[in-house]
Amino acid sequence: MSGGHALHHVGVAGDLASPVHRLDPRAKLIGLGGVTLVAVSTPLEAWRVYAVCGLTLAVVAAVARVSPRTLVARAKVVLPLVLLVAVFVPFARRGDPVDIGPFTASEQGLETFATVAAKATLGTLSAVLLAATTSFPDVLHALERLKAPRLLVLIAAFMYRYLFVIVDDVARMRAALSSRGYVPRHALQAQAIGRVATALFLRTYERAERVHLAMLARGYDQSMPRLDVLRFRRVDAAFVGGVAVCLLSTRVLAA
Amino acid sequence: MSCAIRARDLRFTFPNGVAGLAGVDLHVAHGERVAILGPNGAGKTTLMLHLNALLRGHGELEVTGLRVGEDNVRDLRARVGLVFQDPDDQLIMPTVREDVAFGPLNLGCSRTEAAERVREALTAVRMEAFADRAPHQLSLGQRRRVAIATVLAMHPSLLVLDEPSANLDPRTRRELIELLDTVDRTMLVVTHDLPLAARLCERAVILSAGRVVADGRCDDILRDTGLLAAHDLELPEGFDLSQVEMPARG
Repeated sequence: MSGGHALHHVGVAGDLASPVHRLDPRAKLIGLGGVTLVAVSTPLEAWRVYAVCGLTLAVVAAVARVSPRTLVARAKVVLPLVLLVAVFVPFARRGDPVDIGPFTASEQGLETFATVAAKATLGTLSAVLLAATTSFPDVLHALERLKAPRLLVLIAAFMYRYLFVIVDDVARMRAALSSRGYVPRHALQAQAIGRVATALFLRTYERAERVHLAMLARGYDQSMPRLDVLRFRRVDAAFVGGVAVCLLSTRVLAA
Repeated sequence: MSCAIRARDLRFTFPNGVAGLAGVDLHVAHGERVAILGPNGAGKTTLMLHLNALLRGHGELEVTGLRVGEDNVRDLRARVGLVFQDPDDQLIMPTVREDVAFGPLNLGCSRTEAAERVREALTAVRMEAFADRAPHQLSLGQRRRVAIATVLAMHPSLLVLDEPSANLDPRTRRELIELLDTVDRTMLVVTHDLPLAARLCERAVILSAGRVVADGRCDDILRDTGLLAAHDLELPEGFDLSQVEMPARG
């Protein structure tokens, strides 16, 4: 591994040797974060900007060989929730009435929905694309180097590391409950779940203490050292520059 | 001559009033391999944590020539490597190589030197092919080997292992014992696994209720079934001590 890229990690998809996968994680974070920012800050009338944002994402996905199917499958986890909230806007907002079948919506409401939907879709897709081309540890490394609050990055790193351990714990506890015939039929029987949650909290707390001891034993003194250094090369600058020029020029021309 | 460990009347009481160590006397010479045996709650892990100043008791404690105190914690932790029982407590970084580098970098090694130590430590535990993996992608046996590497990379003069064979299947356990046998360091092995103690250590110490109750040659202690039984220890059924290839050290 060179330059601090750990692409074999869970979640990375597409062609691992593609130019996009090999970019400095900071470049991808800035570039794809930029797409989201531009999309979010654009009013609906400037639909060309949305089109350019979408096109940029499509080009990045194509170069990285991340299939549309992967993108859709992953976006499906987040997007419906966002859209579910937005879908009520046309009916709740006052304005010029438009009939949609048996319902009456407002034109302004529909516009708001379209804007929110476009922004949410572009934002979600750029996040999905970042996650598909960059491993989570690399994203954290990039955040750290971009001077994100150290404590937040540390918390996210530990969450990522121990999520798998905790999920295993939960699975074991659930199996143990089921094997003793636990099948909750009504809310009152959910008590056992509460006990599992308590036990899990205590276990995690105790583990945190042991982890801290183990860190101290290896000379930890409040800072997380990094073995790998990130290298921001010309191609990374070109990527960020290219995305910025494309988006900003369209954004400024559209305004 | 300086000892690897010199403890005299070491006492420690937990905040809830329970005595963890009730006057431990222990001398370990450089190069020795000592098994610390004892029932649950005997104070084995408490003693281990004292060796790295993670717990502080009363009494005298000198480890690798350093008197355990406030001012030399950093040096002490560089010289004494603790391998915890659960590798998930020890492995905290997103990849194996970052994790093995954690200790050396904390000690102030340059990145180049740390990278070299990582390579060397992973080779020593035969895990060099897994350097870029995340800890959760490894089996328990592999994680335990990496946990040992994380400590070996710090070049400690004293290696302390807490239950190294816990929860391992027989084959992984045997491989781990063979691996530990190749490590040329003063070693303290805290364990319930008496056959492992017989295979690795020439000397054994039984800790019970926070005190050293027996200290001698490992095979002598393991042959004393009365002594073992008095402290809730026993060899596995059918285990023949005379068949064990005893360590030819000391």
